[in-house]
Amino acid sequence: MTSAEPKITPELVAEHGLKPDEYERILKLIGREPSFTELGIFSAMWNEHCSYKSSRLHLRGLPTTAPWVIQGPGENAGVIDIGDGKAAVFKMESHNHPSYIEPHQGAATGVGGILRDVFTMGARPIAALNALRFGDPKHPRTRHLVAGVVGGIGSYGNSFGVPTVGGLVGFHTRYDGNCLVNAMAVGLADADKIFYAKATGVGLPVVYLGSKTGRDGIHGATMASAEFGEGAEEKRPTVQVGDPFAEKLLLEACLEIMEAGCVVAIQDMGAAGLTCSAVEMGAKGDLGIELDLDNVPCREAGMSAYEMMLSESQERMLMVIAPGKEEQAEAIFRKWGLDFAIVGHTTDDLRFVVKHKGEVKADLPIKELGDEAPLYDRPWVETPKQQRIDPAALDISATIPGALERLVGSPDFASKRWIWEQYDHLILNNTVQRPGGDAAVVRVEDGPKGLAMSCDVTPRYCEADPFEGGKQAVAEAWRNITAVGATPLALTDNLNFGNPEKPEIMGQLVGCLRGIAAAAKELDFPVVSGNVSLYNETNGRGILPTPTIGGVGVLDDVEKMATLDFKDSGEIIFVIGATTGWLGQSAFLSEILDREDGAPPPVDLALERRNGDFVRALIADSLVTAVHDVSDGGLLVALTEMALASGIGANLIAPPAEINPYGFWFGEDQARYVVTVESGSKALVLRRAETAGVTLAKLGTTGGDRLNIPGERPIVVDALRERHEAWLPIYMGAGLM
Amino acid sequence: MKSAVIVFPGSNREGDVARALQIVSGVKPALVWHADTALPAGTDLVVLPGGFSYGDYLRCGAIAARAAIMDAVREHAARGGLVLGICNGFQILCESGLLPGVLVRNARLRFICREALLKVERNDTPFTRRYAKGAVVRYPVAHGEGNYTADADTLKRLEDEGRVVFRYVLPDGRRDDAQVLNGAANSIAGIVSEKLNVLGLMPHPENHVDPLVGPTDGRALFESLVGALEKA
Repeated sequence: MTSAEPKITPELVAEHGLKPDEYERILKLIGREPSFTELGIFSAMWNEHCSYKSSRLHLRGLPTTAPWVIQGPGENAGVIDIGDGKAAVFKMESHNHPSYIEPHQGAATGVGGILRDVFTMGARPIAALNALRFGDPKHPRTRHLVAGVVGGIGSYGNSFGVPTVGGLVGFHTRYDGNCLVNAMAVGLADADKIFYAKATGVGLPVVYLGSKTGRDGIHGATMASAEFGEGAEEKRPTVQVGDPFAEKLLLEACLEIMEAGCVVAIQDMGAAGLTCSAVEMGAKGDLGIELDLDNVPCREAGMSAYEMMLSESQERMLMVIAPGKEEQAEAIFRKWGLDFAIVGHTTDDLRFVVKHKGEVKADLPIKELGDEAPLYDRPWVETPKQQRIDPAALDISATIPGALERLVGSPDFASKRWIWEQYDHLILNNTVQRPGGDAAVVRVEDGPKGLAMSCDVTPRYCEADPFEGGKQAVAEAWRNITAVGATPLALTDNLNFGNPEKPEIMGQLVGCLRGIAAAAKELDFPVVSGNVSLYNETNGRGILPTPTIGGVGVLDDVEKMATLDFKDSGEIIFVIGATTGWLGQSAFLSEILDREDGAPPPVDLALERRNGDFVRALIADSLVTAVHDVSDGGLLVALTEMALASGIGANLIAPPAEINPYGFWFGEDQARYVVTVESGSKALVLRRAETAGVTLAKLGTTGGDRLNIPGERPIVVDALRERHEAWLPIYMGAGLM
Repeated sequence: MKSAVIVFPGSNREGDVARALQIVSGVKPALVWHADTALPAGTDLVVLPGGFSYGDYLRCGAIAARAAIMDAVREHAARGGLVLGICNGFQILCESGLLPGVLVRNARLRFICREALLKVERNDTPFTRRYAKGAVVRYPVAHGEGNYTADADTLKRLEDEGRVVFRYVLPDGRRDDAQVLNGAANSIAGIVSEKLNVLGLMPHPENHVDPLVGPTDGRALFESLVGALEKA
């Protein structure tokens, strides 16, 4: 049935990323040798990126339900009920491999893909975030990657018209050969008008919408499922090219035809394009799909069935249209200047049939393409535990003010203004908390509700102790959302790891997932969507395990939102949560002593919950004037950030005698918040802490223009600001000269 | 006040400006599709909103300037009707010949989204009558191509005729062309037509009208328009 197509050889099978035993599985499944097009379809469906074959087994342990969860993992995005008949729709997804090869387009299409995932569900995107990890700033490629990735994210989101409101950026030499670009989008929909991929009804038209199909991105998903060696740049043709203008039109047209009641099922063409979207729509609805590729709008002449099925051209959708609605749907798409073509129909035989120029190019069992994908229980070993670090045994020459100055001007802590000023973070006029706070907050339509969002993970912790690191990533997202006064509702996880065929790496994945599951369960913070990116390795060296958590919460009254800047002089500063001086795996240890060792801080989930609920109640009752979570960098960095945001300094106490001063100021004990309280509220706050069983200690009072610590030289806030703001523009500027 | 906000494919701040107009005037503006050929009857104010019309392809605003609705907008302006072009709208006004000059890429070649300080150079226009002359106000900018430029004769004419309405300034109100955020000639942020009825500006007054999301310095621009039209 296949004329003039390459013969299937073991080499060709290997080039498609299929292992010999996986090919055997194909032969057994279909009872014959696959055609070239069929081989392409299998490679698209069975690669790591699409099939989750290494992670699926372990993902099953994640809690995914709660009374407010409308849709958990398995659809384009997760959906949660936020009250008033509204739903938040969100997901985070990686575009790591393409962004390393071609940073601008790789990052841009990452943003495009995640926005499409959200509006495919019927939601209008209202916020975008991103978590970025780059290599050592001294690595020759880092500056180029930062400029390209940031430019790409900005160009896409700005043009599309979604505010990019938050995220995180970190640097570490372990990302030298594999940067991470994790893009998150949050959309808003009516809770009773969510659209799904599941097709229903036999003989209904399958419609292709959006941009034309070209030869870009062929094998993108397969590329993203392999390690890099030398010459990764040569893979540039596998990176797609984005067109945010087309995406904006696609958004408006899709929402319009959904509103008009034309849509039965919808799936965006993301990884593995037409193949993956058609198979998912059919398989989820227990239907077959027959495609006639002669009708697919193509950008180039002479494209083969194989190329059309594997193209990852952007800004395309596949839909099943309601009977009799074809004309209305087509008119809406024509109005927006987009392609609309009937490319097939649903069938009742559970086959996935692809025809081209009168020939059957593929005829495969549709359910088995997904369901029978390999599932691996890969061998794994537990990461050995590290010893707790005794701060007294450290040889530290830096003074406390000196260490603080170095930290606030270091790549990880320096202001990321140079980056977020390239993102339109104000469009839609609902950005209540601009970049720089604990969590981004956007108002929901005209209020009073707001959504709080945060992206978090501390890869150093995950490497040292995957279980505690996984817990910590979830706890920190939960804490950041709490620190603005919101109730955390659900999360999306973006699991970035190295090669899962190595037992140590697999052990990191398993450990982190167990930690995420434990924390998500304990904090009632279920996982509703996610993405797994493996094989983030170059020349055999993997990235730090980086399970990025994107959390979403709701604020009932956005006017009650808390912010981190000191509000006035003479207010009392408290730390909520116990400080023991935990320096293992801390930023202080890494940045000041150049060592990354020791056990990371343990996360007591019951304590997280108790302290967080206490803080949230204080915010709701207007008993605190500023709130900031304490994360990496410890207390003194948290206090500095509060001072920098306001220009107000603080007179601080001397650390308690039983705690090492470096540990006290820079230790990273979990479940802590810094808050400020007006003197009139002090007694009430203390009483409430006692009743709740929450540890609370006074750190000092706000005032002046410097941070004063007894026995240390005063630290001028403006001088800290200069260091804080200087690093990134200088670093990036040098590349422009 | 009857206002019409033109929607081009790729416009993305039409909702922001429509909301600002509604907050300030109490009347919801009409959204008018680019392919239409007429404005709603009785339109007082036409707004060309921000965004990336036609993806900014060819040149920012170049394709939109040739959209079907633009003939009606030109006629409205010729009759003395009010036209406000913000960001991409300013680019469209320049490309359509309603305002002189052009907006090119920011001097540092990067998109900039931040609050900018602007000096209101005159308050005798329908757009600025609620500001004090010389007031320094804060509007955000969000653009990659907001670097205003024109030939020397045009710049001289604009200055001589006092048609620069908004200028980027330092916190103390001084102008410093060397430090201007996008490289604009003479620190120009917004200019007005000869008859003072067409204003184009890069910054976004519509994003500074709501105390919950930021300063409210932009409100007076819309209040000025309401006032101007009430009087008319």
